[in-house]
Amino acid sequence: MTSHRVSTYLAPRRRLQLASLLTAPVLWLGLVYIVALAALLVTAFWTVDELTGQVQIEWTTENVVEVFTEALYRTVTLRTLGIALLVTLIDIAVAVPVAFFMAKVAGTRLRHLLVIAVLAPLWASYLVKVYAWRALLSSDGLIEWAASPFGGSTPGYGLVGVVLTLSYLWLPYVIMPIYAGFDRVPDRLLEASADLGAQGWRTLVSVVLPMIRPAIIAGSIFAFSLSLGDYISTKIVGGATQMLGTLVYDNVGAANNLPLAAAISFIPIGIILVYLAAVRRTGALRSL
Amino acid sequence: MQLGRVARIVLGAITLVVLALIYLPLGVVFLNSISTSESLSWPPPGFTLEWWGRALHSTGALEALGTSVVVGAIASAIALVLGTLAAMALSRYRFFGKETVNLLIVLPIALPGIVTGIALNNAFRTLMGVDLAMWTLVVAHATFCIVTVYNNAFARLNASGTRLEEASMDLGAGLFTTFRLVTFPHLKSALMAGGLLAFALSFDEIIVTTFTAGTGVTTLPLWILQNMFRPSQAPVVAVIAVILAVVSVIPLAIAQRLTAKDAEAVSR
Amino acid sequence: MSKSPSRTALRAGLAATAVVSLAACGTSSSDGGSEAAASLGATEGSVSILAWPGYVEDGSNDASVDWVSGFEEATGCMVDAKTYGTSDEAYQLMQSGGYDVVAASGDLTLRLIAADLVAPVNTDLLESYDGIFDFLKDKEWNSVDGVSYGVPHGYGANLLMFNTDEVSPAPTSWDVVFDKASDYAGKVTAYDSPIYIADAAMYLMAHNPDLGIENPYALDEDQFAAAVDLLKTQNASIGEYWSDYLLEIQAFESGDSVVGTTWQVIQNSISSGNTDVVLPEEGATGWSDTWMIASESEAPNCAYAWLDYIASPEVNAQATAYFGEAPSSEAACDFRDDCEAYHAGDEEYAAQIWYWTTPVSDCVDGREDVECVDYSEWTKAWQEIKG
Repeated sequence: MTSHRVSTYLAPRRRLQLASLLTAPVLWLGLVYIVALAALLVTAFWTVDELTGQVQIEWTTENVVEVFTEALYRTVTLRTLGIALLVTLIDIAVAVPVAFFMAKVAGTRLRHLLVIAVLAPLWASYLVKVYAWRALLSSDGLIEWAASPFGGSTPGYGLVGVVLTLSYLWLPYVIMPIYAGFDRVPDRLLEASADLGAQGWRTLVSVVLPMIRPAIIAGSIFAFSLSLGDYISTKIVGGATQMLGTLVYDNVGAANNLPLAAAISFIPIGIILVYLAAVRRTGALRSL
Repeated sequence: MQLGRVARIVLGAITLVVLALIYLPLGVVFLNSISTSESLSWPPPGFTLEWWGRALHSTGALEALGTSVVVGAIASAIALVLGTLAAMALSRYRFFGKETVNLLIVLPIALPGIVTGIALNNAFRTLMGVDLAMWTLVVAHATFCIVTVYNNAFARLNASGTRLEEASMDLGAGLFTTFRLVTFPHLKSALMAGGLLAFALSFDEIIVTTFTAGTGVTTLPLWILQNMFRPSQAPVVAVIAVILAVVSVIPLAIAQRLTAKDAEAVSR
Repeated sequence: MSKSPSRTALRAGLAATAVVSLAACGTSSSDGGSEAAASLGATEGSVSILAWPGYVEDGSNDASVDWVSGFEEATGCMVDAKTYGTSDEAYQLMQSGGYDVVAASGDLTLRLIAADLVAPVNTDLLESYDGIFDFLKDKEWNSVDGVSYGVPHGYGANLLMFNTDEVSPAPTSWDVVFDKASDYAGKVTAYDSPIYIADAAMYLMAHNPDLGIENPYALDEDQFAAAVDLLKTQNASIGEYWSDYLLEIQAFESGDSVVGTTWQVIQNSISSGNTDVVLPEEGATGWSDTWMIASESEAPNCAYAWLDYIASPEVNAQATAYFGEAPSSEAACDFRDDCEAYHAGDEEYAAQIWYWTTPVSDCVDGREDVECVDYSEWTKAWQEIKG
């Protein structure tokens, strides 16, 4: 049998085993993704023909210099970073108690129900949910209707609307890894801590939180990176707000200026790489 | 765990409120699907079942649903193979550059979709000189789906340890036999969960899809995006969203049951 | 057919789904200059059409919206329709070849003609051509040196919409969104596209004659800077930039927006809320699309048949009504009951429209002593305006 022979041949050769396992995924990701990314970054140094809108291989640093010097990009980058960070923090703050309840308080059956309840909205279409938020935020929408008797009013379309909508959209993506993180914390450990006299909350803070930190960071990568690149929600509930995604999109979509779009892409790529480098050691990348 | 009664109640209350908030906008979607108003006005001026009737007869939506299922299935299948291979490699072997490979797998989901989208678009059209089609979309989706399978498989492989595999080898089973009879049965439910998540990611993806789908290829999110701009279609879109959310409970429940069972078996 | 979404709304929306066209392509020779067909022969059995979404409806999106089946039955030409999201994408697709007919907007037509991708159209071969409004024929965006390159489809203006409760007396000038915009701070809306800069330029044309603007699509550095400044001031009062037609309907119905640019079809679709539209004294920007035939078409007879069919009154009425624009002929109005609302055939009204044209550095107003600001600069400026 050939497979047997291959198996016998491979068995003592760990390097070869490793190579045969790694070749396909690394080739795929390398050829499809890294090459594509590299090509995009190179494009940032090319130009566009005005009439035909075609990319020309004429080297220039104009696009990159423009992105890193003009005030527009600085303003929009700061705004986008602020939104992404705020969304991430809100989602973590909401997700931690919910995930804890799911993993450590709820009984088995309730836990299964809750997991399904959290995941089901993910299937209801991103776009439809954003439109629902537009309806909620409108000045004759549900929020205004419910808040006006108490003297409140809807935040309307703008920064606040974007933050609320994005927090809503990515919440399940943040809850799930944190839930899995709590799930991995053995009950015995919590009991031991409590036995040693630690109060419930202290147990939480000094025992559980460090253990689920990778899970929290994993969740934050979702919320942060999805917010960082968004342009569709911004268009629908953002009023006059522009984000980095809007700038990239408008430059490829409306202006057909790929080199400038590629140059702008340097910003989110840089931010994400810094972020990943910072969290690399926590093992969060394995908890996504 | 020794949590006070109050703490349990507070946590339960928070969970309840959050769930209510999660479902509030979905409730709005449901109301839109039966409201006589076509433009999301509140409160709904009246109710009708017209949209449900039209949604069930919308061939465009059905075709788009079919396309999404096909794309999601193929992309998940590719991701399952590649993700499992990578997880085996990273969990069972030590080698230089492990971190880099890990980063490589994570990058497609960590970088904003629009960056991935324009990069792949540019690569397909300019570098390779091919027309966008269904397969370009599948390749793009598979790329960012690998990570979900990988993470699930990796976590399971780490949790289950290598003792059983070693025992199997000691007893004379070959590499493939050991994988088939020992490793894979352990991995099955993790792969199922990872595959389902990959499918879900692909199914609702809009940004990368926008840039990598051929002109004739309309996935459900693309169909929804196009039809959101036809006012008499907006409530029909709401109907589809409601149906999807409800129907999704079935695979979720199955996956949930399978993983829970297996996870318990593994941890014991 | 129920309410009709606007063609431009679809376009704007679908720009969001546009697959962006970036591939490097070979240069196209403009030496040739194709000839228009002199006579027609037997139809070829199939025709491939490239158009904005919704221009070629076969009932698959909405069973009651179907004018393709009738064409296939009448001519035996099976239609293979492909839609595009942006004019740039259409240009790319036309270069790749394989299409017989294309529906092109004013920012695409001249590029197609210059690249020899489309052929002149012998309008004598088209029965429906005679009925088309004269003011749409042989214009700078559908003809060159008196040679026609296609058949007009439909047209419309970017009007001023206002909430009659909040904005009174009824405005007659665009000043309510420019110089007086701060009166409605947070509730002003503007079209979200670089081409909107032309609206500001048109306003300056009337209110700041010293700038010497002759055509809002031909702006030199100074004129452009003035328009951009005007829009930057306006930005402070903007509640929302809109490009999705449904969103604007909802914003005016709810009162989130009270004054700003709009299309006639939006006014027609608004069911609650007190809104009205006006074509202000400064005029308005607008659009007019053209059906054209590919120079390399392998099915010219089916292509001519389609042009004739889509311009015929009943079909033209159906297609333009579906998109919420004025039809291209008087006769089409027999099949539409809303022609008056769209001012179809009103020459005086049509004369006030500056039809969308892509700004290029060769000033389209004929000036030779200066360079005009091109569209890529318009895009950059538009992003700066939004901040």
